[in-house]
Amino acid sequence: MQTEIVGRPVPRKEGRSKVTGAARYVDDLRMPGMLYGATVRSPAPRGRIRAITFGEGVPWDEFTIVTAKDIPGENAVALILLDQPYLAAEFVNHTEEPILLLAHEDKHLLEKARRAVSVEVEPLPAVFTLEESLAAKEIIWGEDNVFKKYLVDKGNVDEVWDKADLIVEGEYTTGAQEQLYIETNGVIAVANADEGVTVWGSMQCPYYVHKALLKLFALPAERVRVVQCETGGGFGGKEEYPSMIGGHAALLSLKAGGRPVKIIYDRAEDMAATTKRHPSRTRHRTAVTREGKLLGMEIEFVVDGGAYATLSAVVLSRGTIHAAGPYSCPNVRIRSRAVATNVPPHGAFRGFGAPQSIFALERHLDKVAEAVGLSPEEFRRRNFIREGETTATKQVIKERVDMAGLLDRAFELTDYQSKRERFARENAEGNGTQKRGIGFASFMHGAGFTGSGEDYLKSIVGAEALADGRVRILAASTEIGQGTNTIFAQIASEALRIDYDLIEMAQPDTGNVPDSGPTVASRTCMIVGSLVESAVLGLRQTLQGAGLLTESYTDGEWREACRVYVEQFGALKSFSQYKPPPGVRWDDEKYEGDAYGAFAWAVYVAEVTVDTLTYEVRVDDFVAVQEVGKVVHPILAAGQIEGGVAQAIGFTLYENVVWQNGRMVNNQMTNYVMPTSADLPPIRVYFEEQPYEYGPAGGAKGIGELPMDGGAPAILNAIEHATGVRFTHVPLMPEALMRGLGESK
Amino acid sequence: MSTTHATREVEVKCTINGAPQTLRALPLARLLDVLREDLQLTGTKEGCGEGECGACSVLVDGELVNSCLVPVLQVEGAEIKTIEGVAGGAELHAVQEAFIECGGAQCGICTPGMVLAAVSLLAHTPQPTDADIRNGLAGNLCRCTGYMKIFDAVVRACQREGVKA
Repeated sequence: MQTEIVGRPVPRKEGRSKVTGAARYVDDLRMPGMLYGATVRSPAPRGRIRAITFGEGVPWDEFTIVTAKDIPGENAVALILLDQPYLAAEFVNHTEEPILLLAHEDKHLLEKARRAVSVEVEPLPAVFTLEESLAAKEIIWGEDNVFKKYLVDKGNVDEVWDKADLIVEGEYTTGAQEQLYIETNGVIAVANADEGVTVWGSMQCPYYVHKALLKLFALPAERVRVVQCETGGGFGGKEEYPSMIGGHAALLSLKAGGRPVKIIYDRAEDMAATTKRHPSRTRHRTAVTREGKLLGMEIEFVVDGGAYATLSAVVLSRGTIHAAGPYSCPNVRIRSRAVATNVPPHGAFRGFGAPQSIFALERHLDKVAEAVGLSPEEFRRRNFIREGETTATKQVIKERVDMAGLLDRAFELTDYQSKRERFARENAEGNGTQKRGIGFASFMHGAGFTGSGEDYLKSIVGAEALADGRVRILAASTEIGQGTNTIFAQIASEALRIDYDLIEMAQPDTGNVPDSGPTVASRTCMIVGSLVESAVLGLRQTLQGAGLLTESYTDGEWREACRVYVEQFGALKSFSQYKPPPGVRWDDEKYEGDAYGAFAWAVYVAEVTVDTLTYEVRVDDFVAVQEVGKVVHPILAAGQIEGGVAQAIGFTLYENVVWQNGRMVNNQMTNYVMPTSADLPPIRVYFEEQPYEYGPAGGAKGIGELPMDGGAPAILNAIEHATGVRFTHVPLMPEALMRGLGESK
Repeated sequence: MSTTHATREVEVKCTINGAPQTLRALPLARLLDVLREDLQLTGTKEGCGEGECGACSVLVDGELVNSCLVPVLQVEGAEIKTIEGVAGGAELHAVQEAFIECGGAQCGICTPGMVLAAVSLLAHTPQPTDADIRNGLAGNLCRCTGYMKIFDAVVRACQREGVKA
């Protein structure tokens, strides 16, 4: 399809307000009579609350104080289950669990007061790792510490072991990772008996917060309103947590007689108390023929969910479905579990389980290739999935997919083959301390909710034509930096063939926009973008049906048609609701079928230098080649990939959450280190465009999470090439590198 | 923040975005808080409160500083520029234009500090090398972009005329 505005780097809608500092984030807002709120948290990982003591030297009568007893509705954060309390009443299950809330107009006095509250906890035995949880010596959740398990079963893997020429096993682990959005979690709430509850805040999913507040306050939907402010990054970290902090501020406001309450976490609190990426362990047992064909894959995938269920079931689902990668294998069994530990709940983070299981697979396949005697690329070439073949969930790939073509292009761009040989030679010959390596990973990422998820969501988008011809998109999908405002405007402009500047986005406000679903799962462009397209086309259809607009028209004729329509008939709005593409089937019981409407496909290549004296690893070059359907905005799309790769490099080499007794102890930017501009290699991004039949704007798919998946295995594969040492854990910190290289000497 | 410091407010005279100002604040009040709360210059952001992220960057006498680490007493007589003072009225600074064109701003929370860091870099080094840009911006963290589009923006800005801090 020839497009006019789609595919062009139009200016970001809110770009000007962001570069001038005019954009208003929640901490930039102040309301008359506003109080500041703070949270008193559990000092212990698990136990019974024995006493709460209010220290001396604080005028406690000036404070608004909220405990679990003050909750008007249910003391549970409504998400998938209702197991997580807003405020612990009797027992605590993780350090930093909220117990009591304070509000005061003087934030310095508030901080003094927070420190003056002491909570005495009678300790119970705690569980800190997924291994301890699986051992089930101490049961801390349900009957067996297991939040959720899945079984994906294709063919009969039990029969392959006898037939296999080779069986290769491996175990791979990943650590927690902090989202580290530069704007910490924050909200302002107003709650009173007459008007209900309103929350403004930094968030990805206004309707998640809305749903949680209904339960917390036992209110009907129309009495709760949630408004997204400009949001300074999310990456999953503002998917579920805003329900917690939003509820807290609203509880304080209610107790304070309806005065507005602002809660802004400082960095230390945000890092210690809020969600992180799930730590994981993956075990592979792989059967192959002498010719290097995959016969069977048995995969056991476990994630550490922390103390409450939160989103672990769905993180586990995505990780499970991606665990066997973009390969055709007749027999696959994946058993997966999300288990409980006494640490703050782990949650959504870009990639949502897939980076963990893909890391394991793409490390493991280099090992399998070596066992077979093939190069990593030749082994993969013999097993890449093709059109008409099936994934682990027996999803038939109906789109054109060319993993080998992506691999060729990535290798050409990086001069992979000659570097692979040259580095190996130089590393063997040279006596220097610098060892170089090059490695890659090939993978895919599904866009949209898994399986029947989009059917349950039934997302709705609205569009309104104003009398002056402007078109306002009504959606709860949030702009969190990824470009929602801009790509929706492009999609609408393209569909209506009117100027980009005529399209604007309504602020995500549950009082004013329909529920277009959460801003997660690489679904905003592909799923919600399609709804934007059909909603705005509904406007045109109405105008044409009313005889106000002909088949082709100018911007001026569009404006005139809108003016006449609104004058004669009143507001012109159109809504569109999600319907699955034809032929999609998913079986929740068997966990098989069409897991995703479409996948993005990718091959990433990393080049590294390992300093064997300082144990520093430097990524020298990074090439990301991916097929993502139609690229709506080349600069925004490349920006998504570059930013995701940077986070993946952090995940691999820098970002180490240090735990002590269930608490993150390096909860500062000083000692939890993310990549700076001086640390990163050039990140070179290339797109292949294979239009997706049911995607918007000529066939767009999802891209937001994809770039998080490939970095870690590509870099560790390159490090193995440089050093000959097979590292199996990320983050790979210098200490581990030193140990590994020491053992190999 | 500690509450044990001197509790008597002091008067501090300085220039902010070209206008003379008399600030009244506790001597150890953070410049960041005075800007945001007393002057409603909320374009300056707090990211970490410990001088690591650079979201609170401002220019004090032309030098890039983390305003979360600057006690207000230190800016007596100083000329301060915040993000609100970078554009000349409706006309954006070349760095701001370039950030929009090149995709240097995503979520936007680091952007004010990053724009000031870029303005400062170009004032000191009008024709920066790739290494100059990387090192010049290394005190400002961005979690969205992976920095590549920010580098592009700096390069584009310095290709234009009239780049001055």
